[in-house]
Amino acid sequence: REPPPGAEAYIPQRFPDNRIVSSKVPIFSFIHLDKSAEVILCLIIDTPTSPVTSGLPLLFVITVTAIKQGYEDWLRHKADNAINHCPVHFIQHGKLVRKQSRKLRVGDIVMVKEDEKFPCDLIFLSSSRGDGTCFVTTTSLDGESSQKTYYAVQDTKAFHNEQEIDALHATIECEQPQPDLYKFVGRINVYHDRNEPIARPLGSENLLLRGATLKNTEKIFGVAIYTGMETKMALNYQSKSQKRSAVEKSMNVFLVVYLCILVSKALINTILKYVWQSEPFRDEPWYNQKTEPERKRNLFLQAFTDFLAFMVLFNYIIPVSMYVTVEMQKFLGSYFITWDEEMFDEDTGEGPLVNTSDLNEELGQIEYVFTDKTGTLTENNMEFVECCIEGHVYVPDVICNGQVLHDGTGIDMIDSSPGGSGKEREELFFRALCLCHTVQVKDDDSVDGLKKNDFSRKSCIYISSSPDEVALVEGIQRLGYTYLRLKDNHMEILNRENNIEKFELLEVLSFDSVRRRMSVIVKSSTGDIFLFCKGADSSIFPRVKEGKIDQVRARVERNAVEGLRTLCVAYKKLTAEEYSNVQKLLQSAKLALQDRDKKLAEVYEKIETDFILLGATAVEDRLQEKAADTIEALQKAGIKVWVLTGDKMETAAATCYACKLFRRNTQLLELTTKKIEEQSLHDVLFDLRKTVLRDNGSLTRDTFSGLSTDMQDYGLIIDGAALSLIMKTRQDGSSSNYRDRFLEICRNCSAVLCCRMAPLQKAQIVKLIKLSKEHPITLAIGDGANDVSMILEAHVGIGVIGKEGRQAARNSDYAIPKFKHLKKMLLVHGHFYYVRISELVQYFFYKNVCFIFPQFLYQFFCGFSQQTLYDTAYLTLYNICFTSLPILLYSLMEQHISAETLKREPSLYRDVAKNALLRWRVFIYWTFLGVFDAVVFFFGAYLLLDNTVVTSNGQVITPYNIFFFQLALDTHYWTWINHFVIWGSLLFYIVFSLLWGGIIWPFLNYQRMYYVFMQMLSSGPAWLGIILLITVSLLPDVLKKVLCRQLWPTATERIQNASRHCREHISEFTPLACLKSPRYRSSDCSNSPARRSNSHSKKVMFTQWKGVDYSVLPSVFGYSNKHCRSSAGYHYSGSGLETSI
Amino acid sequence: GKKNYKADGHPSGGVGVPGGGAVGGGGGGAVKTRKPDNTAFKQQRLPAWQPILTAGTVLPAFFIIGLIFIPIGIGIFVTSNNIREYEIDYTGTEPSSPCNKCLNVSWDSTPPCTCTINFTLEHSFESNVFMYYGLSNFYQNHRRYVKSRDDSQLNGDNSSLLNPSKECEPYRTNEDKPIAPCGAIANSMFNDTLELYRIDNDTRTPITLIKKGIAWWTDKNVKFRNPTGDGNNLTALFQGTTKPVNWPKPVYMLDSEPDNNGFINEDFIVWMRTAALPTFRKLYRLIERKNNLQPTLQAGKYSLDIAYNYPVHSFDGRKRMILSTISWMGGKNPFLGIAYITVGSICFFLGVVLLIIHHKYGNRNTSADIPN
Repeated sequence: REPPPGAEAYIPQRFPDNRIVSSKVPIFSFIHLDKSAEVILCLIIDTPTSPVTSGLPLLFVITVTAIKQGYEDWLRHKADNAINHCPVHFIQHGKLVRKQSRKLRVGDIVMVKEDEKFPCDLIFLSSSRGDGTCFVTTTSLDGESSQKTYYAVQDTKAFHNEQEIDALHATIECEQPQPDLYKFVGRINVYHDRNEPIARPLGSENLLLRGATLKNTEKIFGVAIYTGMETKMALNYQSKSQKRSAVEKSMNVFLVVYLCILVSKALINTILKYVWQSEPFRDEPWYNQKTEPERKRNLFLQAFTDFLAFMVLFNYIIPVSMYVTVEMQKFLGSYFITWDEEMFDEDTGEGPLVNTSDLNEELGQIEYVFTDKTGTLTENNMEFVECCIEGHVYVPDVICNGQVLHDGTGIDMIDSSPGGSGKEREELFFRALCLCHTVQVKDDDSVDGLKKNDFSRKSCIYISSSPDEVALVEGIQRLGYTYLRLKDNHMEILNRENNIEKFELLEVLSFDSVRRRMSVIVKSSTGDIFLFCKGADSSIFPRVKEGKIDQVRARVERNAVEGLRTLCVAYKKLTAEEYSNVQKLLQSAKLALQDRDKKLAEVYEKIETDFILLGATAVEDRLQEKAADTIEALQKAGIKVWVLTGDKMETAAATCYACKLFRRNTQLLELTTKKIEEQSLHDVLFDLRKTVLRDNGSLTRDTFSGLSTDMQDYGLIIDGAALSLIMKTRQDGSSSNYRDRFLEICRNCSAVLCCRMAPLQKAQIVKLIKLSKEHPITLAIGDGANDVSMILEAHVGIGVIGKEGRQAARNSDYAIPKFKHLKKMLLVHGHFYYVRISELVQYFFYKNVCFIFPQFLYQFFCGFSQQTLYDTAYLTLYNICFTSLPILLYSLMEQHISAETLKREPSLYRDVAKNALLRWRVFIYWTFLGVFDAVVFFFGAYLLLDNTVVTSNGQVITPYNIFFFQLALDTHYWTWINHFVIWGSLLFYIVFSLLWGGIIWPFLNYQRMYYVFMQMLSSGPAWLGIILLITVSLLPDVLKKVLCRQLWPTATERIQNASRHCREHISEFTPLACLKSPRYRSSDCSNSPARRSNSHSKKVMFTQWKGVDYSVLPSVFGYSNKHCRSSAGYHYSGSGLETSI
Repeated sequence: GKKNYKADGHPSGGVGVPGGGAVGGGGGGAVKTRKPDNTAFKQQRLPAWQPILTAGTVLPAFFIIGLIFIPIGIGIFVTSNNIREYEIDYTGTEPSSPCNKCLNVSWDSTPPCTCTINFTLEHSFESNVFMYYGLSNFYQNHRRYVKSRDDSQLNGDNSSLLNPSKECEPYRTNEDKPIAPCGAIANSMFNDTLELYRIDNDTRTPITLIKKGIAWWTDKNVKFRNPTGDGNNLTALFQGTTKPVNWPKPVYMLDSEPDNNGFINEDFIVWMRTAALPTFRKLYRLIERKNNLQPTLQAGKYSLDIAYNYPVHSFDGRKRMILSTISWMGGKNPFLGIAYITVGSICFFLGVVLLIIHHKYGNRNTSADIPN
């Protein structure tokens, strides 16, 4: 808190207190503006409705919005308060003081005990552990459940009690707060007496983040450096940019149309009014004189006021409460997703998360799915398969269902044991694998210090942020070398002879995704200094100067083709001078305040050269269960699935085959660096385009690309380098040409695989597709930090709550535990919500047209005097009370087809694709239906009631009931709640009318409605009329529905008909029975097991799937038999897997 | 083993059990709490009725509607046709009309212009007869007109009586005195007097017109009330107010009978219930059937005596007198019956069309639904 001596310009900085505030400012939308304007108009001009009439709905809208936002805010406040008030120990004048967390200031020294959360971002000064380290989990920050080690500042780690800590005199320089959790640079100057200060670098390993929890350490001391809203956790709270769904966009377009209708209506009426009034006896007959001020008013001003008054009168055509209802529907509807039991994963104990409820319906509109491979398609649950040391292959002992049987005798060597130097290399290789990692060992807590030689082999649990590393260390354990632990900077390994070897860990050149390798420098007990490096083949091979590169490369490529993840291991021996050089370089880079990462990278580059290649490892990443099924279903649903991965081409392609993204008959097109080296990019693109378009010249591919089999399927493989070439903007502007051509190729491929992608490139691809001329709706799904960019870029971002931390899940719109849940998410929930919300939107427009169009017609009969047709109470309550609840419930409960059917029949998804239910045709249909019904009511009432006694009721009551019946007609799923709400609303309307008309309300200055309703109900013709009008108004819609269903049924309707058929003819309790039957027939020709091994394409491959999952699911139901797909013209029951097993 | 890795999903639990399997199991126990409930509501599996509009279900509905509506329509039509109704336009725009002389009458002409119209009823009116007056082109539903009243004044509120609502402008005060009843509606109250005579061999027998019971009971007893005060003398109660400009007499002199005078005068109440359309009719008098032997109005000659006070010519209006009997369904309304018959026929016709379509295309569809 005080300027360091010698600092030229110190700008005193105001540090915030440690309070966390995450509440938001309420948002006012267009609709609020519109309504507020109306209320203001009512106040200033003479309008047909009172300010109360207009104001109540506005108040309602605002209240509901405020309640919703307030509730969310309250939750946040509660959480904030809990954090802000929790007690914190900190040190004042050498004593320990307890205070509330929010009183913490920058510079305070804080003590944190085990299992406590850090109250703010702290610089780690000292810990109760002698070596100045502490363990921390950051589960609540990024979801990584592994314990991480943090290091205390060298010069302060000796201070162990309050007095010592208080005596510390130091200054800290650090960068301005920034949200990146894994980056921090700073410097601490420690003053010892009067000596020159000692400067030490501070990095993220010294920074304890707020929200993280201290583990396995009794207590630590730290100095607060970022507090309150400046902590990295708070900075990460910042909301992402708002995503809007396509439905919302079309809703806004419709709204504009209605606004135009409103204005034109008002304009027409104003003009007609003045035409009609041009004769003075109409303007001012003797019985209806104007007041003096009215007479004197300027004509144009008068006309303008009239126009505004008409606007106010007709403004009910804009469904104000629609926004509220839509918002409620989304908010409540998202609960059904979180409640879904089928999307709950027992293993991880995670259910789906909904981070934004705004996009529910967008899930039903997806055209492109971009998926990550590792952790998304695959389990990210690594299994060590084999290693290859200088061409000799080693396979660990018996593996049974992923569990090691420890009674195995040791290593099962495929090749004969190498002799001489080979043996030495082999041992070096195993040691390298044992040492070159950042795995931690989680011991049995109680026996910290003691060593248990025999026991530790089984008891220790390895923890690492990278599952590959765990798999490797475990695999090596099975090969006889056990990594025991890291103690006092010494790594201990237990070799085959059960001897403990100690290596001093000198440096760790940690892994990053750019270098794609990591290294350690260790000193053996004999004093030799080794540098072990492991990494991707592409980043190791260029740095190797000797070793059996060719054999290893061959093996690596073989493994990659089989879909295994390969790593190469290399080493080099360092002399003492070399090491001291290295150390110096590293130290200087680490101390740098600016560009530390860049400098470190440069140093690493310099150090990691001239390797001697040892061998390679292969780790298998299993496919997630039902990944193939999910992808197949998505493709049948007309969704294009792209795999974007950082992995290498062969591995990725193998995974794609395994998950049926590519099929046997898929012709693979390659757009890779290798190919571009042979030909120019232009030629490659030209060739590919020719190939792709040859077949499709005459046929439109879009409509049936997933189902058709007679057409050639194309799969495109593109790598990162080729992509950047395509994306690169060239000076002459021809890049867009490439881009278009590329897009054209992509559009005609059923599957696209992008490999070797950098995170940013993933986002680029998504953006490219998103902005292409059809503007398709995209979805990105991924599990790791490298997928965040594309998750944020896509229309809908889905995070898989995976093993690589929660970053993806946190940044996503929805998070699901497993990739397979995507199927239900899109095909069932997405479909439902799309149907529901589109019906909701159309119905809202319909009911408001229906409600307000008679008002327009009435103006022709009341001398364009803006007389309302309805009583103000009905105007006010119509949208809020009478009609909003049934449609809200409808939009929450409706299931036009059962969820099971939707899942079984993915092609139904095509029925709602491309915003099918909110097209102009449908919108106009609904509007005309509204107008028709309005005309029927108005003229029906006009003609029916004209001559009867009821005529003299000041105002006509339109049979509102119609709206309920119209809704009832569209409801396909009548639960007791629907019944309750629809009939309840009707009842409410009647009861309200009885009350409203039954009492002389003292606060009203008019009693126009008194007893009108009862009079109406007591007259026979009114009842007869209402029945007639309802029948007539429902007639066209019923007719249209029946005719369309009969003559041009959509797939959805066919299924509905058939399931009805089934229920009638077979049994009510086994509706699926008849649906399945055809399936058995088609399965006759499917005796190929669901394995990718049958692939006939040129990339033939075979991988041994060890899990039971794949073998116990024989495709009885013709799951993978593409060749008999065409035999059944229309697949009645697509994939019966879920239902049959 | 594999389980080892799984275990680190729950490191915070600190379950120190060696051996991966046991730790994994421990993790599973903690999980249960987050699992969503398996209730029918939350899983969207509520039992539901799932109706689908197919030709099969709609066809019977159409036929049934047709079969129900057509008889109802016929019934209504017959009933409506049995209702006797007679209408005379006595505006007097045609020069030949006896009321032509009164066409340009003004409000305050004394004595009132009278005219007599003779007419013949072809059929006798058997049951009770309702006598209406009808006005055309009279915008009782004009917004300025509709709101020009003070319901609390009419409800007998004394403060409103002396200080009527602003809505009544420009019929609120006259010569600094509050108008009772105020407003344009009250001011323009229909004030023609209609009298009916039966002409039997040149002798005119007046027909008793009952003026009570023409307004709604609730209006007369609840909504409209005379101001309260000492005594029942309406003149005193309306002290301090003045009559509407166009009225010849103040409101407390509308009728001689005290229970039909002042605000609770039934003619006044009927007038105050504004019509929804510019052409309307309002109940004027009742003619009760005297005994079961004679019809209320026999077929024959009648004359209508009109005290023509109400000017309508200035706004192109028309005035009518209507005599009508009523049935269970109110007055004469042929439209309802016709509409029922039409809709019923349409439904029946559509049913037939759908049946044909269903037979022609239905089989094709069902066979396509279930392959093989």
